[in-house]
Amino acid sequence: MINFVDINKFTFRAQKYVLFLFVIVLSIGLVEALILSPEDYKQSDSVRIMYVHVPSAWTSLGIFFSIAILSLGNIIFKNKYYGLVAKSLAPSGLIFNIIALVTGSIWGKPTWGTWWAWDARITSMLILCIFYILYILTWRIFENRQNVNKITAILSILGLINLPIIKFSVDWWSTLHQPASISLAKSSIHSSMLLPLLIMTAAFVLFSVLIFLMKYNIELIKIKNKGLDRL
Amino acid sequence: MTGKKVKFRFAFLTLIFLSLVLIVFLIIKSLEENVIYFKSPSEIKNLSELPKKKIRVGGMVKKSSVEINLDKINFIITDFKNEIKVSYSGPVPNLFTEEKGAVAEGFLKDREFFQATKILAKHDENYMPPEVKEALEK
Repeated sequence: MINFVDINKFTFRAQKYVLFLFVIVLSIGLVEALILSPEDYKQSDSVRIMYVHVPSAWTSLGIFFSIAILSLGNIIFKNKYYGLVAKSLAPSGLIFNIIALVTGSIWGKPTWGTWWAWDARITSMLILCIFYILYILTWRIFENRQNVNKITAILSILGLINLPIIKFSVDWWSTLHQPASISLAKSSIHSSMLLPLLIMTAAFVLFSVLIFLMKYNIELIKIKNKGLDRL
Repeated sequence: MTGKKVKFRFAFLTLIFLSLVLIVFLIIKSLEENVIYFKSPSEIKNLSELPKKKIRVGGMVKKSSVEINLDKINFIITDFKNEIKVSYSGPVPNLFTEEKGAVAEGFLKDREFFQATKILAKHDENYMPPEVKEALEK
């Protein structure tokens, strides 16, 4: 089995490279999204909110999916490092979930005419946010307990059921939220608007990786300070 | 030995997960009425009795059906099979136009007439610059 603390030099070194890359990609993305990309034919400049809203929603979904898969591995293979990686992923996922909800609300007012609607997509996204908060809180509350790994893992596996509901809510039920614009086969977003969207997604993923590395390195330092060389 | 244990835990988790999926599916199925955000005009037509509480009706705003006099606005919501007349007084969202999606919240007077207390505009999944839109219409 790999000793994760031994290879920690890699995660410490990677941090500054990821930060460097993130700053570059974010500045290109912002220039594309705010200046170079055109207005929308219908919603004019408020389309630019999409370049933050959609990537943050994608990122938060992706992170929760990773947390749940890592938790499955944690229970099946009894390897606590899966839990440690999952724990370190959670904060950036929560941040992007909240950003998606808030920007969606800001976009909803001028477009739909309301800040909030209890439709299936928005409500299931709020449930994901609650799962994130519970997950992070559970780590805090049971910090020193033997079974903290198991409790948090089960919580995230419960939340896994919510993910397909979020994804397909717009197809299964009539919702105020529009259906997906982008699938693997085609995109109903014009290419001049798709480019900044993809660059911003890359920037947000890099940011999550950065926050993850910071959090993970702190966890490793904590383990070292307890005088252990492995978990 | 460990291989056997791993297999057992995997099977156990799969079983638990599948039963949870089933439970959630049944709960949502039974709450379907509340999960959908709005009803279509066809669904209104097929209602067995008129609901007394606030409901939402959604669909396309029919072409050249919008009439505005003073602060009152009348229009027709259609799903291309059935339609329903909507009456509303108050401000409408900027994106509310004919041949685009809209959701009206309010009370059903009868199967043909809806008194709205709030209008929401629906946005579709298409995003493009104005030039492209013009080119498409030509």
